[in-house]
Amino acid sequence: MATVWIWADVAPDGVASSALELLTKARALGDDVGAVALGLGADEATGTLGEHGARRVYASDDERLIEPTSRVAAHTLAALIASHAPDVMLFPSSYRGRDVAGRLQAITGSTLMANAVDLPSVDRARAEILGGTTIVEVDLAGARPHLVLMRPRSFEPDEVGGTAEVIGVEVVEPEPLVDVRVIERTDATASGPSLEGAKVVLAGGRGLGGPDGFRLLEELGGAIGATAIGASRAAVDAGWVPYAMQIGQTGATVKPEVYIAAGISGALQHAVGMKGSRRIVAITKDSEAPILRMADLGVVGDLFTVLPALTEEVRRRTGR
Amino acid sequence: MNIAVLVKWVPEPQGTPRLGEDHLLVREGVDGSLDPGDEYGLERALQLVERDGGEVTVVSMGPEVAVAAVQRGLAMGASRGVLVTDDALRGADTLVTARALAAAIRSIGTVDLIVAAVESTDGYTGTLPITVAELLGLPSVTFATSLDIEGSELHAERQTAAGTETVACPVPVVVTVTTGVAEPRYPSLKGVMAAKAKPIDRPSLAELGLADADVGSTQTMDSVEAAPEKSGGRVIEAGPETAAEIADLLTEARVI
Repeated sequence: MATVWIWADVAPDGVASSALELLTKARALGDDVGAVALGLGADEATGTLGEHGARRVYASDDERLIEPTSRVAAHTLAALIASHAPDVMLFPSSYRGRDVAGRLQAITGSTLMANAVDLPSVDRARAEILGGTTIVEVDLAGARPHLVLMRPRSFEPDEVGGTAEVIGVEVVEPEPLVDVRVIERTDATASGPSLEGAKVVLAGGRGLGGPDGFRLLEELGGAIGATAIGASRAAVDAGWVPYAMQIGQTGATVKPEVYIAAGISGALQHAVGMKGSRRIVAITKDSEAPILRMADLGVVGDLFTVLPALTEEVRRRTGR
Repeated sequence: MNIAVLVKWVPEPQGTPRLGEDHLLVREGVDGSLDPGDEYGLERALQLVERDGGEVTVVSMGPEVAVAAVQRGLAMGASRGVLVTDDALRGADTLVTARALAAAIRSIGTVDLIVAAVESTDGYTGTLPITVAELLGLPSVTFATSLDIEGSELHAERQTAAGTETVACPVPVVVTVTTGVAEPRYPSLKGVMAAKAKPIDRPSLAELGLADADVGSTQTMDSVEAAPEKSGGRVIEAGPETAAEIADLLTEARVI
């Protein structure tokens, strides 16, 4: 049977749900499932990883592992791989996942498949390309392990129970080690329901015209209740709202009951983060915007008229 | 300060990209250009050498048509270009591409800073510059939203899963940037004319020291199918009934 490893993004406040999603797939691919957790919070994560199907967890919370270039983490992981020879390793499409997998590829000479949505076998990946219009299957060859970056929420976490054997990890520092200083760290704390968990997501883009435009979404959110506010990359890059609100390839992947996009064109970057939503409403003045093709209800018109009218209508129906 | 900027030729973003019978992206007879996402890092690089002196080199791997992307970079103000083109690179995976680009960067000479976009706007892989960094034995700072050079140090603010980080790193270093890093200039007519006289190196794989084994792809596209299209969606012009129609959808979804 295949040896399947997953990369677990860990932080002092817990293990990322992406790790638990990847374990669901790993268990389907092989009975020898390992998780690698390198960084602060790794030791605390071993229990959760075991409960979700990891038989072995290679863990270290050595703080040298969290340096921002991911070089130490990648070289430490490469040494583990050289000792244990897994057949395939799954990574989340996260900041850390992409950095570590990208570096690891250069060290191991392995193939790397990005944006995968499924893995029918350890030698075959399924991915959506060209803006989600085309599904391809790709045969993977060459040095093992094959490295596969999975799109978020491709699988559901499954708590199967179990206890992982925890194996300590020797930190490997590459030569020469360049010292990268972290001068300042700021945690973005979002209020209200998380983007990933909200039943209704209201997202704004360049069409909102500026930070003030997001007030229209907040007012609508107040009328609907239990909503989260998100944004396209264009609005985040313009500095109108913090990065924590970004939905898309870089940013959050959401699958709410209702997704309302206001002033968003629906470029591939955004689409991959929201097209799994159950119902999609798009309001845009551009009748050619790609988002209209994804929408259950597309509205071509002035969002500065449509949004306040909708808020009023929802208030009338809910009495909020 | 010598800066290499990695650039990519991509099919016209407004066009409809398609795969040929060999399951590779059709590039012949397709309009294309410099990846618009690459212009932000290039702009910032140009700003830095205009302030501190030095040279910007645009570096690319791609088919013959990719010359257009390099020329666009030269028209914006880069001093020279390096383009790696070879039939053996057709269908290259990320490792092969990274090897070719790393070798091309080595061919330039001393480079203090290597700038790339966070990801391309056609492939969205987002690992290539980091693989290049590891092949060159360099540190990397990814997802930079601002970057500056102070003495022989890079100072950058970057996005992380938790929020933001401000980091300082000695050069040479690989940086990937978001579109927030600078507002790209539009090439002037003078810039376009001047670009025609600027050198574009076209090194062969042998000149780059790459053997056949280095450029063998490890991925084979095996099956291609169209994703199921959204059905039942409708598009309306905004009118007096629009608010009620959207509210009906919210009611059906049982969220109000």
